[in-house]
Amino acid sequence: MSAGKIWTYGDNVNTDVLYPGRYTYQILPPEEMAKHALEDLDPEFAANVRPGDIIVAGKNFGCGSSREQAAACLKYAGVRAVVARSFARIYFRNAINLGLPVVQSEEACASLRKGDEAEIDFARGEIRSPRGTFRFLPLPESVIGILQAGGLLEYTKKKLASAVPSKS
Amino acid sequence: MGKTLTEKILGLKAGKDVQAGEVVTVSPDYVLSHDNSAAIIQEFRKIGVKKVRAPGKIVIVLDHIVPASDEKYAQNHKSIREFVAEQGIPNFFDINCGICHQVLPEQGFAVPGIVIVGSDSHTPSYGALGAFATGIGRTETACTWATDEIWLRVPETMRIDLAGRLPAGTSAKDLSLKIIGDHGAEMANYKAVEFAGPAAKEFSVGARLTLANMSAEMGAKNGYFAPDEKALEWLKGRARGPFQAVASDPDARYESILGYDLSGLEPQLACPHTVDNVKPVGEIEGKPIHQVLIGTCTNGRLEDLDEAARIMKDRRVHPRVRALVIPASWEVYREALKSGTLAVLADAGCVILNSGCGPCLGAHEGLLAAGEVCVSTSNRNFQGRMGHRDSEIYLASPATAAASAIEGKIADPRRYL
Repeated sequence: MSAGKIWTYGDNVNTDVLYPGRYTYQILPPEEMAKHALEDLDPEFAANVRPGDIIVAGKNFGCGSSREQAAACLKYAGVRAVVARSFARIYFRNAINLGLPVVQSEEACASLRKGDEAEIDFARGEIRSPRGTFRFLPLPESVIGILQAGGLLEYTKKKLASAVPSKS
Repeated sequence: MGKTLTEKILGLKAGKDVQAGEVVTVSPDYVLSHDNSAAIIQEFRKIGVKKVRAPGKIVIVLDHIVPASDEKYAQNHKSIREFVAEQGIPNFFDINCGICHQVLPEQGFAVPGIVIVGSDSHTPSYGALGAFATGIGRTETACTWATDEIWLRVPETMRIDLAGRLPAGTSAKDLSLKIIGDHGAEMANYKAVEFAGPAAKEFSVGARLTLANMSAEMGAKNGYFAPDEKALEWLKGRARGPFQAVASDPDARYESILGYDLSGLEPQLACPHTVDNVKPVGEIEGKPIHQVLIGTCTNGRLEDLDEAARIMKDRRVHPRVRALVIPASWEVYREALKSGTLAVLADAGCVILNSGCGPCLGAHEGLLAAGEVCVSTSNRNFQGRMGHRDSEIYLASPATAAASAIEGKIADPRRYL
């Protein structure tokens, strides 16, 4: 598992700064969505993020709108996971449904700094970094199933394919 | 041990006894989407089934960018209309209906005891009439179209007991901002919020819709009022079918209980750039403004427009201010037209726009330039939400917005009683 660089943000990183409303109701391809990630909070982010990087933030990450692109744009930008003290509920669902891992860890958020390197072991529930190893509660099994399928769409596809054909 | 309204509704739908913390799979009564249906349709196509499972449960309301402001949005709307025809979806509301969160109650979809999921974060609004209603994402909506089921964790409940009477010049909006300011924007994250106590019964259905709508800004999964006689009266002639009203048992388990006495409430504003950055009007009065927005799913109902008109009657909007008024639905629009409310607002110099979300979400009509300040009756003031990232949004009641429009600066509506 390769290490990723840490990007840090504060509390209440909302969906409008994650993915502005001026793009929300346009249908853009993944690489275009990635270009607007965090545009109104950190204009440096989209140009400099590398695959495998990790976002570390405070409380209530993803609060606000139900717009799914707020999670999708990070995934398409290559973000490995978002670690936060807490997540807004729709964001939490959206991230999992799109296959973007979300990790809740008070300790990791208190310790990790911008530019640190860290790796996440989802099976063991560990974030390992030069600042220490931080444990987190692994996600419930039902949720892991969705992440492992690569998101809810793939999960649903498989489920419907394996079900006895019905009215649809 | 008794049950909360949420436990009862989700239990009824799941066909078993449930309590907070459990995960249930339910078949929702309605699945709402709006202009984002265009993106949901694309996701739905990837699943590999041809037909939606339950077309009668799907409700689509075009409201976010209406009428289409450019050809891309026009194309989105077109693809939605074609999908609606192809799938035989009976509940489609085109651009001449209004904001989904006003249309669903008016058209009798939002009734007590049912489950509504919607791909919009302000879906909890329908709790005003005793429904369990919550926001979901686009992919989830597409999958629910295909499967007619969704998993939900039964939330713990926070009860907010309301007592006393609202002082003149204040409203449900001020109360919601006060609560969020006191306890923070994640006060009810993942939870249900029950608005209870003697003052809850006094609130009109419109005011209940405002509070349930703002529960989304508390982080809540759903926010609700027990369906009482006032709610049932409002539903007469609207409800689409029979329903079973349920309410929390007296011995239901609440995770926490807050108490609010309304009698000391002052007009409140949420200052840039978070909804929990709330101050009483006295602390920010006098700040010059450039735009006022009266409308949205939070405060675009007839009683909101009437309150603004009462203050604006025989007065003029300040020459520096653009005052935008957006009735929440065309039913509200027509009523305000007939009653003369729109004439009062137009005479004062307001711009009356078509029913819809307007500039609230920052995609079209009435956006802000760098350095501009807006007082808005909407529900979010995030940086850049309504235009340039260097613009500012102050959230307030219709009365505060109207008084500010007249004075050209943030103003105390109690001077206009």
